Amino acid sequence: MKREIPLFLTAAVGLFMILSFFVPHQAVSVPADFLQQSAIIIVAFGIVLGGANLLRVNLEAVVRRQPGWTYKLVLIAGLVVTVTLGLIEGRDFQAAGTRSTWIYDQVYSSMSSAMFALLAFFIASAAFRAFRIRTTEAALLAVAALIVMMGRVPLGGVLTAGLPRELRVETLAQWILDVPQNAANRAILIGAALGVMATGLRVILGIERSYLSGED
Amino acid sequence: MQHRAGLTAAVVLVSLLALPARSQVTAVSGAPLVVVPEPAAAKPPVPAPVPGALQAPRPARGLTWKDVPDDAGRAVELSWESSPDDGTQLVDGYHLMRSESPGGPWTLVDSVTAGVATCRDQSTSLRRDLAHFYRVDAHGPGGVTPAGSVTGPAIASSQWFNRTRWSVLLLTMLFFGFVLFFIQSVQGEGGKPFLRRIPGIDAIEEAIGRATEMGRPVLYVPGVQDIDDMQTVQALIILESVAKTTARYETPIKVPVSYPIPFTIAQEMVKSGYVHAGRAEQYDPESVQFVSPEQFAYVAAITGVMMRDQPGAHIFLGAFFAESLLLAEAGYATGAIQVAGTANADQLPFFVVACDYTLIGEELFAASAYLSGEPKLVGSLQGADLMKIVIILLVVVGCALESFGQHGLTQWLATQ
Amino acid sequence: MSLAAFFERLDRRWIYVIMALMVLVPLLWPLNLPLEPSPPVRAYHDVIAALSPGSTVLMSCDFDPASRPELEPMTRTTLRQLFRQHCKVVVVVLYPGGARLVDEIVQEVARENRQVEGVDYVNLGYKAGNEAVMVLMGQSIAGTFPRDYNGRDVTGLPIMQSVRNYSSCALLVSLSVGYPGTKEYVQQVQGRFHIPVIGGVTAVSAPTLYPYLQTGQLSGMLGGMAGAAEYEDLRFERGMASRGMDAQSLAHLFIVLCIVLGNLAQWERKWKETA
Repeated sequence: MKREIPLFLTAAVGLFMILSFFVPHQAVSVPADFLQQSAIIIVAFGIVLGGANLLRVNLEAVVRRQPGWTYKLVLIAGLVVTVTLGLIEGRDFQAAGTRSTWIYDQVYSSMSSAMFALLAFFIASAAFRAFRIRTTEAALLAVAALIVMMGRVPLGGVLTAGLPRELRVETLAQWILDVPQNAANRAILIGAALGVMATGLRVILGIERSYLSGED
Repeated sequence: MQHRAGLTAAVVLVSLLALPARSQVTAVSGAPLVVVPEPAAAKPPVPAPVPGALQAPRPARGLTWKDVPDDAGRAVELSWESSPDDGTQLVDGYHLMRSESPGGPWTLVDSVTAGVATCRDQSTSLRRDLAHFYRVDAHGPGGVTPAGSVTGPAIASSQWFNRTRWSVLLLTMLFFGFVLFFIQSVQGEGGKPFLRRIPGIDAIEEAIGRATEMGRPVLYVPGVQDIDDMQTVQALIILESVAKTTARYETPIKVPVSYPIPFTIAQEMVKSGYVHAGRAEQYDPESVQFVSPEQFAYVAAITGVMMRDQPGAHIFLGAFFAESLLLAEAGYATGAIQVAGTANADQLPFFVVACDYTLIGEELFAASAYLSGEPKLVGSLQGADLMKIVIILLVVVGCALESFGQHGLTQWLATQ
Repeated sequence: MSLAAFFERLDRRWIYVIMALMVLVPLLWPLNLPLEPSPPVRAYHDVIAALSPGSTVLMSCDFDPASRPELEPMTRTTLRQLFRQHCKVVVVVLYPGGARLVDEIVQEVARENRQVEGVDYVNLGYKAGNEAVMVLMGQSIAGTFPRDYNGRDVTGLPIMQSVRNYSSCALLVSLSVGYPGTKEYVQQVQGRFHIPVIGGVTAVSAPTLYPYLQTGQLSGMLGGMAGAAEYEDLRFERGMASRGMDAQSLAHLFIVLCIVLGNLAQWERKWKETA
């Protein structure tokens, strides 16, 4: 029964939600809306579970003085301080001048931007290493990459300004984006969508059941 | 008796003469069922025009209603003939008024600008299967002029099937049919069904082997999305196979997870892997850790694990976004072997460039079938492959038809 | 020392230093390179330009501080164009971590254009739920967002008196960094509710939206900082994105050089092995 009930629920709810796409009648659409909203609430409550686990694991590491415990202490302090301040400041915690806003602007916003900015450095080192022309396909890839990279910035337009419009790098880049890239993207999207549908169907019908508890 | 009959006839005759005129009606939606001029008492008194001031616009006419099809009785479509003053400065727009009786009281439902002669009542106060009456008022700088008549009873009714989605239903049923047929068929054949080799999936065991030789753990990242993303579900399913292999090789595994629900499932997957490998006692509950749903906090934690613990193999399977290059490039710097797989097409280039093996799109979804070889799972892959052929044929036929100016197939496939 | 040997020994941090200089120098000493707006950007601009004064536009700003350089310029320029055309703007946020940033941008641009909150524009704030929220707005925007970002009841706001759902809006503008975002709006909203959709996305996501642009499901698109800069150019503005394009130009040139040099080194090694 431990596995049968979840499997039954998965099948019933999954098939019902598929049905709701085709049946607009309120007998189906009203419960479907309720289920969607319930899912949002359940997922939101899951954050509590995650936060509790985070605190437990990191507190244990601090108490036992495991390697890197000082960083875990910083994590715990950040979590506790942010949550406490948010609770104290209440509904207006996002208003200008509050401490929560200060944390958002000076800490979260800055660190988030810094992490994203790392991509610039990594793409340079990845490009240096990875765009090696060893085969015809690799050559096509490298040439397309060069054209699109230069075509998407004004410098490319300046360098090819003397050429006829059809041969300028920005025109070629736009053609690559509009035609071959579009075609390949569509194919991957369709394939991935079919993969998602097949996996979803397997989960709904209980064919794929290892996600439940893993114990057969 | 005769006297009474005559009196009755006279009363009826006088009543008929006193009744307001009725407009032409039809019994089906698309025209008013009843058009009833408003009782004179209900009309607001028209103020005397002020010399030099703009006049109130002349009224709109011919208001008709239609139940919006293929919905849950939540909308009614109204259309009317514009005021003769439409297009001049006398008309700013129209107010759509609604009541539950022909005489009012009237509630403003919606407003449209001048030049527009249709409106859809989709307000939450519209009750299905209940009769409503509508009136359209022209308004402008000179005032508001109600229409001379109302329309109704308009009833928004719900339908049992959205007819614009026939094509989706047909293709969905076809797909389900293919999958179920091949599942049955492959099960019936017996033995291990054929699947073409997917180097990325073969590389997973090789990667775990390399990590074992180096005496270093395996890092498994199941994506940054929550359990509602199928890629996360698939990544967690594959995690069991990976955990089983690492248990067999006695190699530690580390699984940082970004959301709480996948975290609990990941714990079960890893535990199950160890149990199936016969190494239940070696399972470490802290090998799976909840990190953060925040994308860059998650990747910062993982790169920290990479730098400190120096895993010998990195396996990135699931949904990834901007952090994909950060993970892959930071991982490359540690010298680990890297296998990645995602259906997010925009992140594939980064994985292809920085990882040793990449599973592209649906190869990720084929992984569980590939690793287990289970006939039911392989059958579903075959069903999906046949569906792809159907889609290719549709694309070819559709392109040919469009080239010849035939839009029927395209229109039928466009859903609402 | 051969080229191959040199690059093999080269510490990757030198690449990082040069990249940093390529980005920093043009920010300090701008090159003012000319911009040529691409067709998707022109389409984005033209769709907004065709709106009548008084139209209501729903703007979904789904990004966070990390993607600020690409999406903030798009947001500012779009808001300016909408305000200058006397359109009413209803802003929603579906991306966690972005609500505060979006509000800051909206308030600043509104102040600049002397718009009155609650009358000319409103920020309804963040709502969790991804696609479910998008679909719920099709029934009632006020029902989905009963309170605005500042906690006020939206039914009392003048701008919301004429806004019920998507049918009350002439246009949906989706500025997004990932999920949920423009793709989900096209899939869930555009076809179902028949509202024109234009989008602004990061450069990485732009290629995946080209199929929708080609079919007309998306009526216009800004792709990354380049798209934002081209849009600023169309609006005769020189904002954050335009200034950033000089830096991006040199950064791209550097990456092209890295690719070329890496291949030269590889060919030299091969030539030496065969020789």
